[in-house]
Amino acid sequence: MASQLVEKYMRTEHLPHIWCPGCGNGVIMHAVVRAIDKLELDKNKVCIVSGIGCSSRAAGYLDFNTIHTTHGRALAFATGIKLAKPELEVVVIAGDGDIAAIGGNHLIHAARRNVGMTVVVINNNIYGMTGGQYSPATPAGEFGTTAPYGNIDRPFDIAALAAGAGASFTARGTVYNPAQITSCIQKGILHKGFSLIECISVCPVYYGRKNKKGSVIDMIKWQRDNSIPVEKAGKLPPEELKGKIVTGVLSQATYPEYTEEYAKIIEKVSGGINYEQA
Amino acid sequence: MSRLVLMQGNEACVEGAIACGMRFFAGYPITPSTEIAEYCALRLPMVKGHFIQMEDEIASMAAVIGASVAGVKSMTATSGPGFSLKQENIGYASAAEIPCVIVNAQRSGPSTGLPTSPSQGDVMQSRWGTHGDHPIIVLSPSSVSETYTLIIRAFNLSEKYRTPVIFLMDEMVGHLREGIEIPEHIEIVNRKVIKGGQSQHMPYRIPDGECAPVFAPFGEGDRYNITGLIHDESGFPTNSHIEANRMITRLMRKIEDNVDDIVATEERYTEDADIAVLCYGGTTRSVLEAIDEARSKGIRVGMFRPITLWPFPEKELFKLSGKIKKLIVAEHNYGQIVLEAERVVKNNCSLKFTGKVDGTLISPAEILRAIEED
Ligand SMILES: Cc1ncc(C[n+]2csc(CCOP(=O)(O)OP(=O)(O)O)c2C)c(N)n1
Ligand code: SF4
Repeated sequence: MASQLVEKYMRTEHLPHIWCPGCGNGVIMHAVVRAIDKLELDKNKVCIVSGIGCSSRAAGYLDFNTIHTTHGRALAFATGIKLAKPELEVVVIAGDGDIAAIGGNHLIHAARRNVGMTVVVINNNIYGMTGGQYSPATPAGEFGTTAPYGNIDRPFDIAALAAGAGASFTARGTVYNPAQITSCIQKGILHKGFSLIECISVCPVYYGRKNKKGSVIDMIKWQRDNSIPVEKAGKLPPEELKGKIVTGVLSQATYPEYTEEYAKIIEKVSGGINYEQA
Repeated sequence: MSRLVLMQGNEACVEGAIACGMRFFAGYPITPSTEIAEYCALRLPMVKGHFIQMEDEIASMAAVIGASVAGVKSMTATSGPGFSLKQENIGYASAAEIPCVIVNAQRSGPSTGLPTSPSQGDVMQSRWGTHGDHPIIVLSPSSVSETYTLIIRAFNLSEKYRTPVIFLMDEMVGHLREGIEIPEHIEIVNRKVIKGGQSQHMPYRIPDGECAPVFAPFGEGDRYNITGLIHDESGFPTNSHIEANRMITRLMRKIEDNVDDIVATEERYTEDADIAVLCYGGTTRSVLEAIDEARSKGIRVGMFRPITLWPFPEKELFKLSGKIKKLIVAEHNYGQIVLEAERVVKNNCSLKFTGKVDGTLISPAEILRAIEED
């Protein structure tokens, strides 16, 4: 199955990928492909937009319409693509730094507008590409090359941030459970509007080493032992959720989708004055 | 039949762009470019196009590139500080060869400056604002009616060479209102594309006889990769020095080898001139008035106007400088294009600069003084 998916959806001439052994990026890229395959989407109509970072390199390996943009700006590029051609299925892949630090402003506004796109955030709690600096998702007290004495920033809960800004669908999964990520991405794509799936990943090379998290296996076991399905989390007191990863579909709502609303404006006024023929 | 209408420069910019097929605009309000966004918001849905007010200028530039990648002729407009914010993504469009037009209605001063005052202080930024060696085309209109026709040329060049084109307006032209004739026929150039997956995943392979890539827009069956990293013909990133050299050299030569097609200038009264005034954009009006005045006094003075600021019209200015005794460069800044003029003119004739940075217009009297002085 995996090799069939590789043949069908990957640009095999550009493999092997650049990621370190044990990196979570491949697992999440695989989940994206699996979700698209399950939904039987037309490859020619799928568009993958990414920013800059280790995670954003995923776009280049995938055999769709792919664009690797500038750091933090993937959502703004994606907004232009979707508005210009609403029939495209737009999927954004971005790192935690890309989406929540330099791209934070674009994240809240894309969520607020509810432009139809699916955002897959690969959260490895660190800046991987530039060598292990702390990100807005690095837990307080942990270490990065720019937090040699421990991080005193408070981290974002990226899914909650998106939901707070108006995202109509948010979900979370871990690389420990790729099937759950796949199912969340599938639901996100089917959802009409802006959906965000936060995928908790692992960067054993920088985050793992800097914070003495052990081997990749140890990091993934930690995810297993600290994940709580959202249904169960709802029944627990907040103290018991501290430091835990709540997984599953976290929020879902129905708001008007941006390109559909704009289409209504066009319909209303395009019959009007036509300066071109006046 | 052509028709006569009263228009503001900023409005002419939008109407010209729509006439040649611009159907996507993303922007963020800033004086003195704001009317461009406002007209686009009003007009684009009427012609089944899209307008969006983004959260900032960085996002606007990104959205414009995105829409162009999807095959729609796209534009953004800004001034001063907003132009600075767009620079990173302008470089992206340049490197990834995505056509788009960026209007900068220049305003005065660095930082927030004098927001409502005229200036031409972004001439060098328009050429070198984004990092790294990159090609760019910059056009400057000097009247409302030229704004209409030149924005069409901006799109034509952008589509033909697959490069961002900076439409460098200034407050004077942007806010000027005058009667213009809307031409009946306009020439429209659309980007060349090969359809339906025929690039075989080699979007940046340039077919014989073409000056730019011919990949089809996203969604039309040609699945390829676009990146701002140095890339090979497949559009995939590479660290190869050979590929890096090949890509940058090709990008630069795309413009260099076609300067004769790209460069446009206007000369007036230069046939018998001893003196010429080099000017562009909104400053041109004062210059023409000063020239009339000087000519009535028997001074043989003409005007040389680069319509294409970048690439700079070297050949044309060099030729003129061999025929005149004195060149006066009049621009609304501390001295920017004068540096290019010095480089080109060398010792062919003497060179004088008249500039201004106080936010007021350069008056015909000031230019006349420069003409009459030795
Ligand atoms: C404007 C800009 N600033 C900084 C950088 C350098 N940079 C590249 S990737 C990156 C951080 C990547 O972190 P993240 O988004 O979390 O992705 P990861 O590499 O961890 O997958 C930074 C700061 C850049 N490319 N562009
Ligand atoms: S640095 Fe970290 S995130 Fe980047 S490829 Fe290596 S393991 Fe993955």
